[in-house]
Amino acid sequence: MAHEHAGHDNPDHAHEHPTWKQYRWVALILTVITALEVWAYYMPKLVASPFFVPLLLIMSAVKFAIVVMFYMHLKYDHRLFRALFTGPLTIAMATLIGLLFLLARSAAYIRA
Amino acid sequence: MAHAAAETHPPIQHHYTTTGLDNRKVAIWMFIGSECMLFASLISTYLIYKGKSLVGPMPHEAWTNPQTGQTFKAILNIPVTSISTFVLLMSSFAMVMALAAIENRRKPRPANPGFWWKVENSSKLWLLMTCIMGATFLGFQAYEFTSFVHEGLTIRRNLFGSSFFTLTGFHGAHVTAGVIWLGTLLAIDMKRGLQPKDAVWVDIAALYWHFVDVVWIAIFTLVYLIQ
Repeated sequence: MAHEHAGHDNPDHAHEHPTWKQYRWVALILTVITALEVWAYYMPKLVASPFFVPLLLIMSAVKFAIVVMFYMHLKYDHRLFRALFTGPLTIAMATLIGLLFLLARSAAYIRA
Repeated sequence: MAHAAAETHPPIQHHYTTTGLDNRKVAIWMFIGSECMLFASLISTYLIYKGKSLVGPMPHEAWTNPQTGQTFKAILNIPVTSISTFVLLMSSFAMVMALAAIENRRKPRPANPGFWWKVENSSKLWLLMTCIMGATFLGFQAYEFTSFVHEGLTIRRNLFGSSFFTLTGFHGAHVTAGVIWLGTLLAIDMKRGLQPKDAVWVDIAALYWHFVDVVWIAIFTLVYLIQ
């Protein structure tokens, strides 16, 4: 029962959206990744290893990207929408990482 | 002259910008971009204060008060939050199905539509399911907040409590706004039926809803799973 969506009359909807079958696959993949994340949380050896945090961050980033690309249609929409989202997101991520480095350094300095 | 010009032009039926894009979609993407920065600041605050609380309860480990001997267990309930995360993810699926159902009304209806065709093309059903799942997520959050308060964690208790309740509370407020927004769309759909010409209105609500979902994806990992 995969149905192609009709394109909109609007130019920003000129591209095809994913099919229902793809939407179902996306939902399944999101569920599986979430289950893997929770499974990883309950593995003491994995939690203690240096791979735990990067692994969770990668899985979270993959889920984030899948939702944005397929459910928010950013993969198919106009590139201006992509810029309007990724621009502020990049600034936000850079600010977050910058603050963490800055305050982690100042905390280490205070401890010393 | 102005009157003459107004009389010769047909009424404006759409809202396109000079880019050729619908200004409502441009606006919602700009709004979502600004929301990214809001949530990044809240998440930054949580991460900066992480592990700096002087008193418990703590998120992932038990804590005993050295003066009173009172013990607080690890406060986060991962199984419950995992279920609420799953519910929110599935609400995003229901939302794309609702939008797809409305857009597919452009196509001619088959002569003998089967049961699954009717299910897949029922925007009312998918909008209702999205609302229910959004409300269920809020119910889980209300339960979580209540149990935390009963276990001794309030917004004033420690740095973890302040940053946690602020971050997840802001997210919950966004979910609440989304449920109300989707509820109004459902009411319109029940009253007169949403048509393909209304798809952009549903699309911008869907974009907002998916954004709320992706923010939770980040919160679930950074707050709940990373110890």
